Formats: sequence, structure tokens, C-alpha cells
Amino acid sequence: MTEPLLQLSGVHTHIGPYHILHGVDFAIPSGQLTMLLGRNGAGKTTTLRTIMGLWQASSGQIRFDGKDITSASTPDIARAGIGYVPEAMGIFTDLTVRENIVLAARSGPVDKNRLDWILGLFPALKRFWNLPAGNLSGGQKQMLAIARAIAEPRRLLLIDEPTKGLAPVMVRSMIEAFKALKAAGETILLVEQNFYAASALGDNVVVMDDGRIVHSGAMSELVADKALQQRLLGLSLDAHQ
Amino acid sequence: MTSSPALPFDETRRQGGFLSAVLSSDLPRSRVLSVVLLAILLVLATTPFVFSGSQPIGTAAKICVFIVLVASYDLLLGYSGIVSFAHTMFFGIGGYGIAIALERLGPTWGSAAIGLVAALALSAVLAVAIGLLSLRVRAIFFSMITLAVASAAAVLASQLSSLTGGEDGLSFQLPQALRPAFRLLSEPLFGTAVNGRLLAYYLVFFVSLLVFLTLLRIVNSPFGRVLQAIRENEFRAEALGYRVVAYRTAASVISALAATIAGALMALWLRYNGPDTTLSFSIMVDILLMVVIGGMGTMYGAVIGAALFVLAQSYLQVLMEAGSSALAGLPLLPNLIHPDRWLLWLGALFVISVYAFPGGIVGRLRRAVP
Amino acid sequence: MSDMAAESNTPAELPRAKTDWLPLVLIPALALLALPFVGSPSTWVTLTVAGLAMGMMIFLMASGLTLVFGLMDIINFGHGVFISLGAYATLLVLGPLAGWAQADSLGLNLALLLLCILAAMLVTGLVGAVFERVIVRPVYGSHLKQILVTMGGLIVTEQLIHAIWGASPIPIPLPQSLRGAFVFGDIVMERYRVVAVVIGIAVFLGMELLLNRTRIGLLIRAGVENPEMVEALGYRIRRLFVSVFIAGSALAGLGGVMWAFYRQTLTAGMGMEVMVLVFIVIIIGGLGSITGCFVGSLLVALVANYVGFIEPKLALISNILVMALVLIWRPQGLFPVARR
Repeated sequence: MTEPLLQLSGVHTHIGPYHILHGVDFAIPSGQLTMLLGRNGAGKTTTLRTIMGLWQASSGQIRFDGKDITSASTPDIARAGIGYVPEAMGIFTDLTVRENIVLAARSGPVDKNRLDWILGLFPALKRFWNLPAGNLSGGQKQMLAIARAIAEPRRLLLIDEPTKGLAPVMVRSMIEAFKALKAAGETILLVEQNFYAASALGDNVVVMDDGRIVHSGAMSELVADKALQQRLLGLSLDAHQ
Repeated sequence: MTSSPALPFDETRRQGGFLSAVLSSDLPRSRVLSVVLLAILLVLATTPFVFSGSQPIGTAAKICVFIVLVASYDLLLGYSGIVSFAHTMFFGIGGYGIAIALERLGPTWGSAAIGLVAALALSAVLAVAIGLLSLRVRAIFFSMITLAVASAAAVLASQLSSLTGGEDGLSFQLPQALRPAFRLLSEPLFGTAVNGRLLAYYLVFFVSLLVFLTLLRIVNSPFGRVLQAIRENEFRAEALGYRVVAYRTAASVISALAATIAGALMALWLRYNGPDTTLSFSIMVDILLMVVIGGMGTMYGAVIGAALFVLAQSYLQVLMEAGSSALAGLPLLPNLIHPDRWLLWLGALFVISVYAFPGGIVGRLRRAVP
Repeated sequence: MSDMAAESNTPAELPRAKTDWLPLVLIPALALLALPFVGSPSTWVTLTVAGLAMGMMIFLMASGLTLVFGLMDIINFGHGVFISLGAYATLLVLGPLAGWAQADSLGLNLALLLLCILAAMLVTGLVGAVFERVIVRPVYGSHLKQILVTMGGLIVTEQLIHAIWGASPIPIPLPQSLRGAFVFGDIVMERYRVVAVVIGIAVFLGMELLLNRTRIGLLIRAGVENPEMVEALGYRIRRLFVSVFIAGSALAGLGGVMWAFYRQTLTAGMGMEVMVLVFIVIIIGGLGSITGCFVGSLLVALVANYVGFIEPKLALISNILVMALVLIWRPQGLFPVARR
């Protein structure tokens, strides 16, 4: 068995006086899409931010590609090949769409073919190419945020609730985009509240509650086991259409 | 919206006797600190009888006034967590209120009262205006805007020379009872003549003591606790229903009023008011040094800071003079401990205080074994 | 987060780039409005050029501060001492090259000014690096401590200036050919002010080019808006910030040289005196905005000049009035900087 691309072992995170993560363990195998599910406040965002080094783990270990990145700085973690799309998207609204993407390609000019591929995934961005990103709609900003994360090849993408607050038509095109990313062999950790979107995409699933991992396994297992869904995700199953 | 949840009182408030009541249950909480404070109180209370000559009594009066000035600044900086650079403006308004009234309306108690009331009113209006203009937006705007307003006030005071005497300031006569020629008792008491000068000193002393104890009461009241809650976590306080802007503006008004009283006392004591005695930016810097070195958010820090600083101002320079002449001939070094460079060392102490001893001297003493 | 909700309501058609023209129009509008009150057009031109020169100098001194604030949310009350330091650094050049100042050669005189600027920027940049490391770095995240500690740094550095160069004011004469004025008919324009306008515009254009056309500039603009995201893209924002702090200090030094030759006297407190204007300007402009800083500087200086001519007594508080009016109109300043 080869080592997983990303491995969290016993990660605890404190934010100020609050103890948020209580020993998080899970692994992300290379080339697959792992869904991170859980209620609001379960610690999903904190987990992503801790991996990214935006909050320091107070104990435990995070290994990426065989290296310990637990106490590495955020820029170093990014340079190791992790792309991050925060929940608030982190778009630079004062910069144009082009400038946002240019900035994301840290190692130099964006590869022409790659750019064509990205703009193929998100055609809307091409129309607003030279406009300030602040003028984009919420869904378009989300597209830009993802486009930015893949502006140059990454080993792993961390994406936080990309469908939150989007119109159903936007959600569908977002799901298509993720399918395309999956087909291209990207490794992705996706936080999602929408179980149907999650079940359509995920190879694996990790469920969190109250700062702990309460379930992890193959997505197909969870999809097949209604009782397990009910127990882990509660009403969230019925809340969506 | 208007009613605010009451904060629980400190249990210690119920205990203790007279002393605790006077000090609003906010005791020094350190034996060394208590002894030092008591010593300062005793010395200030007896200076006219113990020391002879005009320099000690002048220094003591200045310490009294600066205790009030610095304590009122601590209400803002230490308890509310906002930095104002307009404190000397209010100090100056108090000084000019007394000076202008006594000069224009004649040396009577009535004109002093008119001057003080007018000064207090002007200070209150300005403090409200500044607070509403800047605290509404961001707390750091407050610092910059107070700096701008204070400098405009200083320029204004020096330009409106027909009213303020310009750069020369105003000298004026005091009411009869405070003049040196006035004798309350025909015979000296403990070898000291009980004259108007002595009365003036005790006026300064007792008013300062009263204002200081009032400030101590305010910071220990529910209002003071809300201010501290806001300082600790503005958003949480806002979420609990406290109107942060209103509380901070109220704090800045109270602080401004106390500074105005301090300015009035300063003018009364000096029988003079001018830009250099109450209004200049260098006094603002002095206040910052005193409050931080003494200990922010402790009130007693104001006493320690003011006493230490005024003494240093008067006597540290003598020490440095000696050191400087001892090192004469070396490059730069004599310059660094030249008596005029005393602020360099206090400035360094200030920076170190902010990093290493955020509670200043008082915080340090309280942390040591009581 | 609320802006996301607002954005998603907007129709999907092509949004237009919205440029906020209103504050930009303010300057020419103000100048035109002042014309009838001033009366004579030649006086008006003189006042306007003088105001522009003053505004450019304030801009030079303020630009670094607003960038440092925007990028790292750090407010440096000690910024003023870099202005003083830059001014005193001219002595390093004026001492050995006193002859160049006397020479009746525009080339030599300008070269001297340039050397002064170079020396000042070098000194203030170096001291800025030390200041950032010793004074500012330990107090990230706490505005209160920043204000206190940078004030402390200001006191100490001012005292050091006294210790090194003496406490009494030092006169510095303008180089020979920069004295006097250009006269066109009734219009009088002091030469040095024209030089100040040229240098101010050059620096402003340079900064705009840097910010809008280079990768570093993109990074700075992005960092002002969301420093955390810049780090998550793999950039070390600390290094960027230190460079901006040093550049900001060097710009203050440059402003200090221009300001020193304008006053023709050096005092250690000269920087702190002008800081009042600097703060007013960056508040008016919107903390963190270079364009706002530029517009704010010109606005404040022009108003001060016009009002000073029309109603001298009012000029003393005109700055405060301008600031109060702007804040009532736009509480975050003319060009509010979007932040997260």
C-alpha cells in the first residue's frame, strides 16, 4: 500500500481560547476526490485552514507527500503543491480576472494550453477577462477562485463549500467542472453541505462532527447505506430536494 | 437596546470599611505599592510644611495636577483601549478658561467659576463631536483625528492672540484669598506662614485628590466594567447589546472633563497659562510616558507615573549632567547622556514597558509577592 | 460575505468596470470654484501651483504610510521621524559638496538635489528596516500597542537626531539656481515648487505604474485586500511587507528632503509637525489607497492655499473642515479599500 498523498494524524487545533479540532485523523489517496461532510461548526473549515497552515495545529501531525508540513508556513505549504479555495473565495476584487489568474501562477506565465483548458471549464471568465473581479457575480467569483487554484498544476486542491449560496444552474455547472477536474486526475478535498452534489462526485467520504472524524470510507458505501446516512448526516438528507 | 445588562459586582466590594469605600474597593493589592502610594500621599499632603523654598512646593503641585491629567488619560487608554492625542487640548482649554476669565472679568471666585464652567462645556462639546465623527468608523481614526484636531487647537490658540495672549500666554491675578500676600492666620503654623500660596496649594491638592477618587470610582462602576469589556472584545460587547460608540464617547467626555479641571488647577497654581504649560504636543508625549511607565489600566499607575516623571524631569537631569561631564571627550557618548537627552532614555524605557511590562510599574509590583 | 449575496442578485449581463470618477473630479472642480473668489487669474495660477507643490510634498510623505497600513494593517505613528531623518540626511551630502550648491549651474544644482534624495532614501530605508524589525514586528495585530510603540520609536529616534546633529535648528539654503521664481507676465511660480511638482508627479506615476503594471504591484494590491490569500497562493507576504515598509520609509525620506528645502531649516520635530497633515490626507483618501492619498494631498493643500488667500483666519482649521466634510460624505474616505 503506497502512502496517501495527505495524512492527518491526531490533529488538534485551538483558536484563541476555543478548542476546535479534537484529534482529527484521515487520509487522502492520490488521484481521487474526497468529500468532507458535516454540519455547520463541525470543524470542516478549520481542518482545511489547519492543513493550509493558516491556523497552527497545537498537536498531531500533517504529512503531505511523505513530508511533515505540520508547522510549515502557509507559503511553503502552497509551494509544496496545495491549492486552496476558501469559503469566502478570497477573490482580489480590485484586480482584474486576468490579474487574479496571473498572480496565481507563481512560477511564471500561465501555460497557454492550460489556460485554454481552464477557460473551457469556466467560459464565463473569458468574457470578463479584463474587468475587475469585484464586478463578477457570486457564481462567477467561485469559478474564478477555482480557476485561480488550478492556474498552475497542483498536487492537491482544498476547496471549501464551492456551491454555497449558488443558484441551482450554477451548482450544476460547478459539478460538471469538478467532474472534468477529476477526469484530469486532480486530487481534491472538497467540503460540501449538499449531499447530492457530494454523492455525485466523491470517491471517498469523510464525515466530521464536533471537531472529530465520525466516519470515513468509500462514497458508494455511504450512498448505499441509508441508515448510516441518517445517523451521520441527520436531517441534511431530507433538507435537500 | 437602551437597557444594558448589569455586570456582576466584585465580591470584595461588600467587604472592607472606610478605606475600601473611598478607594471604590480597588485596593492597591501589593504591599510595596501601598507603601509607595501612602508615602506619595503623605509627602504631597505635607510638602508646604516639610520642605522649604518654592521649588519643592511647585514640584508637588505639578505632581498633583499631572496625577489627575494622567489618571483621566488612563480612563481612555488603559480602560477603554483608545489612544487620544487631544488630551492636552482639554488640559489647555481648562487652563485658558481660567486664565481668560480671570484676566477679563477680574480676579474673583465668580469669574474663576465662569471660566471653569465655560471650559468644561467647550471640552464636553468637542469630545462628543470628535467621538461621534471618528469612533463611528474605526478606533484608529480616533487617534489620527484627535492628533489633527489637537494641533489645529494649538495653532488656533497661538494665532488668536487677542484672546489667548498668543505664544506669550496670559498672566493674571488670582482671587484675593489665593494671593501670597493673603494671611489666613497671623501666626505661622509649624514654622510655615499660612498664606494664600499655601491655600492655593491645598486647593490644588484636595481637588486633585477628589477628582482622582472620582475617576477611581468611575472605572470600578458598572460603566467602567463595560468599558473594559469593550476593550477586551469590541464585537462581543456589541453583540451583548452595548452601544460601543456611546460608551467610548462617554468615556472620552469624562476623560476630557477631568483633564479640563487639571488644566484649570495648573493655571491657578502658575497664575499663568500659555501654549507651553498646557497645550504643547510635548506634554502629550509626557502623558503617554507617564501612563505607560506607571501602568495602563490601573489608575494607581497614574500616581506612580506622574510622581516619577515629574521628579525625573526635575532631578534626573542633574544626574545626567554629572555623567555627561564625566564622559567628556568621548565621541557621541556624552551627547547621549547630555541632560537634554533625558527623554531619550525615558522613551527607551517606554518602548520596553510596552513590550515587556504592559502593566507598567504597578503591574510589576502587583505580580510580585504582596 | 454580504457582498456575495448582493453580487448574486445582479443580472448576469456583462458588468461594466465602474471607475469612481467623483473624487477625481473634485480637484479641478475645486480649482475652478476658487477662481471667482480669488479674483485675479494670475494670483489664482500662483496659488494653484503653490498648492500643487505643497500637495505633492505631502503625498510623498504620506504614500508610504498608507501602503504600509493597507498591506499589514499597521499604523506607524513614528512615520514622521523618517521625514526628519531624510531631511537631516541631506547634511551628509551638503557638507562635502557645499560648492555644488553655490555653483551657478542648474545641472550641478539638480545633481546635488538628486544626491541628497539618494542619500536620504538610503538612510531612511536602512533605518526603516531596523525600525520594522525592532519596533513594529513584535506588535502585529494590536493597534493600541502599535500606536504606543511607534510613538516611543519616534521619541527615541528624534532624540537620537538631537544627539547626533545637535538640538538647534540648522539652516539649509536652496541650491543657487533653484531659488527665485519663474515670472510670466503677472504669474509668479517659485522654481523650487515647480521642481517639487515635477518630482511629485514622477513619483506618483512611477507608483501607479509599479502597482498596476508589475507583478510586485499586483501582489501589493492583492495583499492590501487579502494578505492571507496571497500567502495561500505561495507568496511570502512578510518579505513583501518588509520591502514595502522600507520603500515607505524611503519615500518619507524623499518627502523629507523636499520638505526640508522648502522650509530651508532642519528641526528634529519637523516630521511630526507635518504628520498631522499626513494623517488627514490618508484618512481623506481612504486608508491603504495610493490614488486616494494623491487626491487627498492635493485637495488639502489646494484648499489650504485658496482659503488662506480668501479668508486667512479660516485657513488654520480648513484642513479639519475638509476632513470632517469628506468623512460625513464618505465615512471610509474618498477611495475606500475593499478588505476581505
